[in-house]
Amino acid sequence: MNRTTKDTLMKSLTGVSVLLILFVIVSILTITFIGGWRYLTWEFITEFPKEGMTKGGIFPAIVGTALMTLIMTVAAVPFGAITAVYLAEYASEKSILAKTIRFAVKTLAVVPSIIFGLFGLGFFIKFVGLHLDNFLYGGELHWGQPNILWASLTMALLTLPIVIVSVEESIRTVPYETREGSLALGATKWQTIRKVVLPGSITGILTGTILAISRGAGEVAPILFTGAAYYLADTPHALSDQFMSLGYHIYIMSTQSTNVDDTLPIQFATTLVLLLLTFSLSMVAVVLRYRIRKKSASQ
Amino acid sequence: MVRKTEKANPESSGTGTEFAASIRKKQFRFSDWFAEKVIKTIAFLSITIVALIFVFVFRETLPLFKINQEQSTAVANGEVPAGDLVPETYSPGEPEIPEELKPETYGVEPVDLYVPDVESNMQDTDDQYAGSESMPVEGRAVSTLLSRDWLPVSDNPRYGLLPLFLGTLKVTLIALLFAAPIAILAALYTALFAPRKLREFIKPAVELLAGIPSVVIGFFALMVLASFFQDLFGYSSRLNGFVGGFAMALAAIPVIYTLTEDALSAVPKTYLEASLGLGASLRQTAFKVILPAATPGIFAAILLGIGRVFGETMIALMATGNAALISLNPFDSVRTLSATIGAEMAEVVFGDTHYSVLFLIGSLLFIFTFILNALAEFYFRNRLIRRFQGK
Repeated sequence: MNRTTKDTLMKSLTGVSVLLILFVIVSILTITFIGGWRYLTWEFITEFPKEGMTKGGIFPAIVGTALMTLIMTVAAVPFGAITAVYLAEYASEKSILAKTIRFAVKTLAVVPSIIFGLFGLGFFIKFVGLHLDNFLYGGELHWGQPNILWASLTMALLTLPIVIVSVEESIRTVPYETREGSLALGATKWQTIRKVVLPGSITGILTGTILAISRGAGEVAPILFTGAAYYLADTPHALSDQFMSLGYHIYIMSTQSTNVDDTLPIQFATTLVLLLLTFSLSMVAVVLRYRIRKKSASQ
Repeated sequence: MVRKTEKANPESSGTGTEFAASIRKKQFRFSDWFAEKVIKTIAFLSITIVALIFVFVFRETLPLFKINQEQSTAVANGEVPAGDLVPETYSPGEPEIPEELKPETYGVEPVDLYVPDVESNMQDTDDQYAGSESMPVEGRAVSTLLSRDWLPVSDNPRYGLLPLFLGTLKVTLIALLFAAPIAILAALYTALFAPRKLREFIKPAVELLAGIPSVVIGFFALMVLASFFQDLFGYSSRLNGFVGGFAMALAAIPVIYTLTEDALSAVPKTYLEASLGLGASLRQTAFKVILPAATPGIFAAILLGIGRVFGETMIALMATGNAALISLNPFDSVRTLSATIGAEMAEVVFGDTHYSVLFLIGSLLFIFTFILNALAEFYFRNRLIRRFQGK
């Protein structure tokens, strides 16, 4: 084999790997679409499950997922953004505190999602919840059981590193001259951050939020025992209610239900809804992030 | 002019911080001081969370060790014969299946049919234990951790982690065999061979794979891959380690790909130019210069890929069959550590031994991923940086 054939062979081998990955993405999308689009009607989205979940829609699961991600966002984004501000603006690269925080964030990003579930159970429910109950209700079980608040907070811990990384990345794209201009005009550091740096990195905060929502909406392991329920007759009204979630619904319907084959269209349609949701969100995030990276590369 | 020199070195945020510090020296502003303190405190939260996870996941495993201590004091007092504490004593009554016959048995009979058989074997041995043991059931939990059976809900519960470890290892290995070559080759293509325009399309596209929730990948494996591979290979149990491993490879590919691509792009352009200038082809440069130079980074990528597969729960729950068997056949059902937590935590009694053992598994998973991350971060990343700085 001469050199040029070897070269083409290697180039096509690596190219084929890329094609394989793209093929997998496309086939997951197509198969879910083919299996589910017939069942995906307006009624399916707006109705409650009927007749032992063999008919009807997934309305409570959609509402549950939306509420959970909403609470999660409210908890994760401010904390994530402020941590990113600290890492990008206040901490010097050499300080041990900053290095430790960075390592902690990276650890949080790789900790398996089921561990967050265990932590939510051990900390939020069994520790915070039970103590709250003892304190407020004299031991009557109120917060010491799975509910949407604990599930959302658990999910917020999981998505915290995602927010931190994308916000920090975009804060660093704010040009130095802008900051110096602000400081030279007599603004203090905090004023500069609040009025110049943060508005300049709003795309990054948005990207982080979208990525976090996309991840949080799809994750199931952390909410398995911190708040997700198999079937509820109503959508959650209080923070201490349990909730139904799209991902958990798919898992239960495809593995635990007694009539897996009858409900196959429902499962595919639910998967399609979840996939469309997370996929479109991450698509937007990818485009936004691409623009941030282009901006930082052009500096 | 001053500005220009600063612009040339945007990496060091030190210049700006010093500049700000010089202003701050002039007058003390409470709002500024307060904002900095609040921001610092909140940033500290990440460290607190990691520490809290450590503390609270471990806290729930403590009852296990407490029982163990009570037991050893009991032994010291001569109340219980010491021999009963040795794990080996629990399995002699168990009929040993010759090792070489095992895979065949599983291959011919569907696992569903075989499981009751295992249960009845266990029942026999349970009776034998009941006769010979006088210790309370709770106290034996710790000593069964090293046994060969994971039977947490039988009359004589045994919490042998061995089949779970073996299952996790098997699935991880299978996933890695698929994910690592594909992800690394794809990263090579993206970093070196692809035209610029195409490259800007491929990277975000692969990142989209990371955006697919693992429960969807699990569902895909359960509904599509399982039947496809069964038709292809003709094995008996539809859900098994191979299907699970393949599905997990899909979750690991974006992790390995992104980090490998980063490592490859970090190799200084001068390496590439020098090699090409000496007359090497792009392929030779890629495999003999760029790839070796980026090796530490690629190792780090693989380590984090392992961490991703090791802790993956939903795919394991849905696609691996969830039978805790000790076998090396990739087409047997397996039960991974994380799937065990996910499947059984909802049904245990809180504070029970079983509950504590599940938390113990969680602690092990946490320690393992923590070490993997630390290795990837400090050892490999530092080596990569040192190499490129020529130290």
